[in-house]
Amino acid sequence: MTLPQPEATAHTAAVPGRAGLLRRLLRSPVAVTCLVLLVLISLAGLFAPLLTGQDPAHTSLTDSLAPMSGKHPLGGDGVGRDVLARLLYGTRTSLLGALLAVAVALVIGVPAGLVAGYYRKWFDAVSSWLANLLMAVPAIIVLLVVMSAVGQNTYIAMAVFGVLMSPGVFRLIRASVISVREELYVDAARVSGLADPRIIRRHILPVVQAPTVIQAAQMLGLGIVIQSGLEFLGLGSADQASWGSMLNDAFANIYTRPVLMVWPGVALAVTVAAFGLLGNALRDALDGSAVKARRPRGAARKRAAEKKAPSATHETSGADDALLVLEGLKVSYPTAEGEKTVVGGVSLTVRRGEVLGLVGESGSGKSQTAFAVLGLLPREARVSSGRLVFDGKELAGLGRAEMNRYRGRRIAYVPQEPMSNLDPSFRIGSQLVEPVRRHLGLSAAEARAKTLGLLERVGIADPERVFDSYPHQISGGMAQRVLIAGAVSCEPDLLIADEPTTALDVTVQAEVLDLIRSLQRERNMGVILVTHDFGVVADICDRVTVMQTGAVVESAPVRQLFAEPRHPYTRMLLSSTLEDAEPRSALGPAVPASVATSMNTARQEGPA
Amino acid sequence: MIVFLVRRIAAGLVLVLVIATTTFALMGLTGSDPVRQIVGQTATRQQVAAKSAELGLDQSFVARYGHWLSDAVHGNLGSSWFSGESVTGSLANKLPVTLSIVLAALLLAAVLSTVLGVAAAVRRGALDQLVQLLAVLGFAVPSFLVALVFAVVIGVDLGWLPATGYVPLADSAGGWLKSITLPALSLSVGAIAATAQQVRGSMVDVLRADYVRTLRSRGISERSLLFRHALRNAAPAALTVLALQFIGLVGGAVVVEKVFGLNGIGSQATTAGSQGDTPVVMGVVVVMVALVVVVNILMDLAYGWLNPKVRVG
Amino acid sequence: MTGTLDKELPAEPLLVADDVVVEYPSKGWRKPPFRVLKGVSIAIGAGETLGLVGESGSGKTTLGRAVLGLAPVTSGTVRYRGKVISGLGRKERRALSDDIQVVFQDPYTSLNPAMTVTDVLSEPLRVAGTSRTEAEKRVKDLLDQVRLPADAGERLPREFSGGQRQRIAIARALSRDPRVVVCDEPVSALDLSTQARVLDLFVEIQERTGVAYLFVTHDLSVVRHISHRVAVMCGGEIVETGDAATVTTAPEHPYTQRLLLAAPVPDPGRQAERRAERHRLAAAMAAGTSSNTSVIASTSGDRA
Repeated sequence: MTLPQPEATAHTAAVPGRAGLLRRLLRSPVAVTCLVLLVLISLAGLFAPLLTGQDPAHTSLTDSLAPMSGKHPLGGDGVGRDVLARLLYGTRTSLLGALLAVAVALVIGVPAGLVAGYYRKWFDAVSSWLANLLMAVPAIIVLLVVMSAVGQNTYIAMAVFGVLMSPGVFRLIRASVISVREELYVDAARVSGLADPRIIRRHILPVVQAPTVIQAAQMLGLGIVIQSGLEFLGLGSADQASWGSMLNDAFANIYTRPVLMVWPGVALAVTVAAFGLLGNALRDALDGSAVKARRPRGAARKRAAEKKAPSATHETSGADDALLVLEGLKVSYPTAEGEKTVVGGVSLTVRRGEVLGLVGESGSGKSQTAFAVLGLLPREARVSSGRLVFDGKELAGLGRAEMNRYRGRRIAYVPQEPMSNLDPSFRIGSQLVEPVRRHLGLSAAEARAKTLGLLERVGIADPERVFDSYPHQISGGMAQRVLIAGAVSCEPDLLIADEPTTALDVTVQAEVLDLIRSLQRERNMGVILVTHDFGVVADICDRVTVMQTGAVVESAPVRQLFAEPRHPYTRMLLSSTLEDAEPRSALGPAVPASVATSMNTARQEGPA
Repeated sequence: MIVFLVRRIAAGLVLVLVIATTTFALMGLTGSDPVRQIVGQTATRQQVAAKSAELGLDQSFVARYGHWLSDAVHGNLGSSWFSGESVTGSLANKLPVTLSIVLAALLLAAVLSTVLGVAAAVRRGALDQLVQLLAVLGFAVPSFLVALVFAVVIGVDLGWLPATGYVPLADSAGGWLKSITLPALSLSVGAIAATAQQVRGSMVDVLRADYVRTLRSRGISERSLLFRHALRNAAPAALTVLALQFIGLVGGAVVVEKVFGLNGIGSQATTAGSQGDTPVVMGVVVVMVALVVVVNILMDLAYGWLNPKVRVG
Repeated sequence: MTGTLDKELPAEPLLVADDVVVEYPSKGWRKPPFRVLKGVSIAIGAGETLGLVGESGSGKTTLGRAVLGLAPVTSGTVRYRGKVISGLGRKERRALSDDIQVVFQDPYTSLNPAMTVTDVLSEPLRVAGTSRTEAEKRVKDLLDQVRLPADAGERLPREFSGGQRQRIAIARALSRDPRVVVCDEPVSALDLSTQARVLDLFVEIQERTGVAYLFVTHDLSVVRHISHRVAVMCGGEIVETGDAATVTTAPEHPYTQRLLLAAPVPDPGRQAERRAERHRLAAAMAAGTSSNTSVIASTSGDRA
């Protein structure tokens, strides 16, 4: 939760305002280049008669394969037609054909996708079936059949190709509508009394718009490619100049004049690439604005971190029985606005056999601190620490392979979300056995026996069954037990648990805390328990370190911290707990008549 | 498992039947007059009528379709209106050519896109940009243009590989491999680009997943992390894209065969299509759609094998 | 302003759910439908907060959605002012948007990221036919009520923190002066200190406007803070109801006892006692039933 991964955009519907998207798009040099190119190409097609005096269909045997000259700036083709004229007029055919195909695809795909995604039911079933059917047929084959049936007409072929592309649009629209429909803000709109057409217009269409534009850009490219392919095969309107038919002619003369291939080939590749790159740039612009959808806190946090770092008192650094000593840890991330510090000089100590609570609100840097000890920060993180001494050895600056000798073996990790932390594609047993075999060098059979024993130890009633299960087949509480079993499998000295019970129900949380406590005592492990919950701290921790905005504000033994918190921030946090708040008294017997009158008065008193 | 397979095969048969029916209707109900083309413009009315009767074109559409269907079920796809050659026989001759280049292209796409996609996701930087560039190029340059360039540059100018012709596998394995290399390579460029981008995207997502961090926390080797865990989880999405790309490969074969002068089903389709040779067109359509169906079922099986949720549920 | 109080039925509380059953079709072929609510009855008076507590899968959120018309009621009824509102058509349901509103749990997905705060807040008003200028005036007033700065209106939801977003969601719920607000875990995604402030805002609004809350949460201490009465759910049924003080300090039903003892107290000494007591209760129950991992199932079985 607290990891500031800039790319992690969990919300599919993170859509920027439209004006913002356009501005962002125009900031990308690639997009601007593509747009300029496409405008120029369109203009060339539009004003073809002005740019050349030659008739693209006029054949002349004397000009067959003519070299470049004043009359034929790009020479003549196999039957003496002017290459430049054909190139310019061919632009019209290509663009118009592609536009037609895309228009057909959108006209069919968008409404069908909207209706299927929003209302589901039978229409969804039928239209999805049809879409799958259409997608399974090679387009060229269909077009061959259609052309042989209805005659050689490029535009009819492109209209049919539009039908063949419509399933792509349909699927995209349908999928986006379904994902938006599940968003809570659509539920909220419904509760606000919005009718379906209005919900679709206000909340669904804006989300669908951007991907549709991206898809349209790519379909335009695809349309041009398919069209030229058909014309290359000699299909399509014979009297119409087109890039594909130029390539067909060039192919016939490939050994005598290969240069004929270059003009239509380049025109084709540049146009299609421009559409493709424009689509990509649009997507990037869209993603770029979604990135910003995370919680903005940067500046204030950074200032606070720098100010507080030196004042943090640290009672036990250098204690003799210290298992882990961390001094002056700094973690920062590069962002568009410059370096953003999330941990600014944190020091802490964990003794052997001690549970240290690392407490703070979101953005305090507590999880980042824990990951830094494990060497598990995302690769864009910049970490610098004065010292990171584990069991007398300096770990700061170790490479990945050297760190792997400690990770899992001597320092272990229990994550927050049980379900997302098991590899969904592997059986639970194989995930647990792998590190055991690697670190302890056990045989397959020994590792299996040890793992089954562990599963039993963490309170799983039927270890054999869980061993052979996939993660999606077990409950969240059980998954957390599995993860704890995995963490302690190689008898580590230090266990780092990042909010290990936050995702669990309270009754399961209590059992999991019991389990961690008993394992910790049994093996005399040091534990760093990252949490935001003072109840959990009171339950299991021996000592507490409180963090705020990337810095340690207070460290104390647990009873002392609760009895006499010294830092104002700790006092504020403790006073926010609701445990000792007075329960609200009942409203008296809920006699509706009296309530109705009191409500009436309340309503008059309320703000207009 | 068996139920799944039976269901998929049934759905595939329905697909083939629907497409065949539509094609037959399109060919049979539209205005073009194949008989006139076959017998020539100078033929007499009697000659036309006789040819029509010979081809069964004097019967009703439904009767003709019923006839074709019952023959087809028994493995007889009729014979060409123009050459008189048996469709089943000529397809059997030409299928190996098309199958060779299409399957080789599929294999190339699967292997190269995995290598490129994984490398781009892990190394990032220049390699990543190369894959992105390749993706744009693969999208922008149609396979027949690639084929033309390959044929001219590698086939003719450099003379490294044959630019035309097909050598059957039975004649010479080396010759076969050489004769299909350029066609398969040019056919697969687009599919490699599209699939590599998907592999890269899913790998980046998977490597960011919580469970990868947890696996890393247990100190397992980077190699096992990448190739055992991450790739396995990235594969299903890539497979879906590859299955879609395969449909494009089958269509692309039509054009590529022309460039390399290969006598496969694709070039047969072009000829028959422009002549309006219904039995041949029907044969080609049925075989190509069946090919797509078979490969898609195989991909579905692989998908199920990779994704335990589908398998168990 | 909008609520009509002409036909008051004095015999019944403001909002009543009577033996409500909610079923969803199962995925498998010919499997019986999945029953999320197994006949649940609750009543909320005007100006009252009913806290609905339970663990995941207890059906508490589904009950809230059934009241909002977002979950299909298979049998039983939901009544508002004596009128049956479950199973209404979309159009009739929309008419209720004046009276019944919602605040969802996740402040990051409950606001449309592409709309400015003013758009978000004025949408329900414009639907009800308020003029643009009137709506803008009302939006300023709403922002003030939830303690957001007046210039917040032009900004997008993503520019706000979780707590501020939840204030926006509350303002949206209040925009048409509803009589009932369904609050679905509205503070569980928030930081501790933010949580307390947002809860205080809920209480303050209720005291000023007399709105009733159906407050769904998993957290006993939250429920104690905000509720007048509490209903405890487990396995799609209500196992205990009563006034907040009693249910959250001296519960009668074993499941509620377990829930209470499992919630850790932020005080090491008292938590040690609570833990010991929990172990005692667990041992006593283990003596009765042999299963140790799925006590929840056994407690719901105890009822009947």
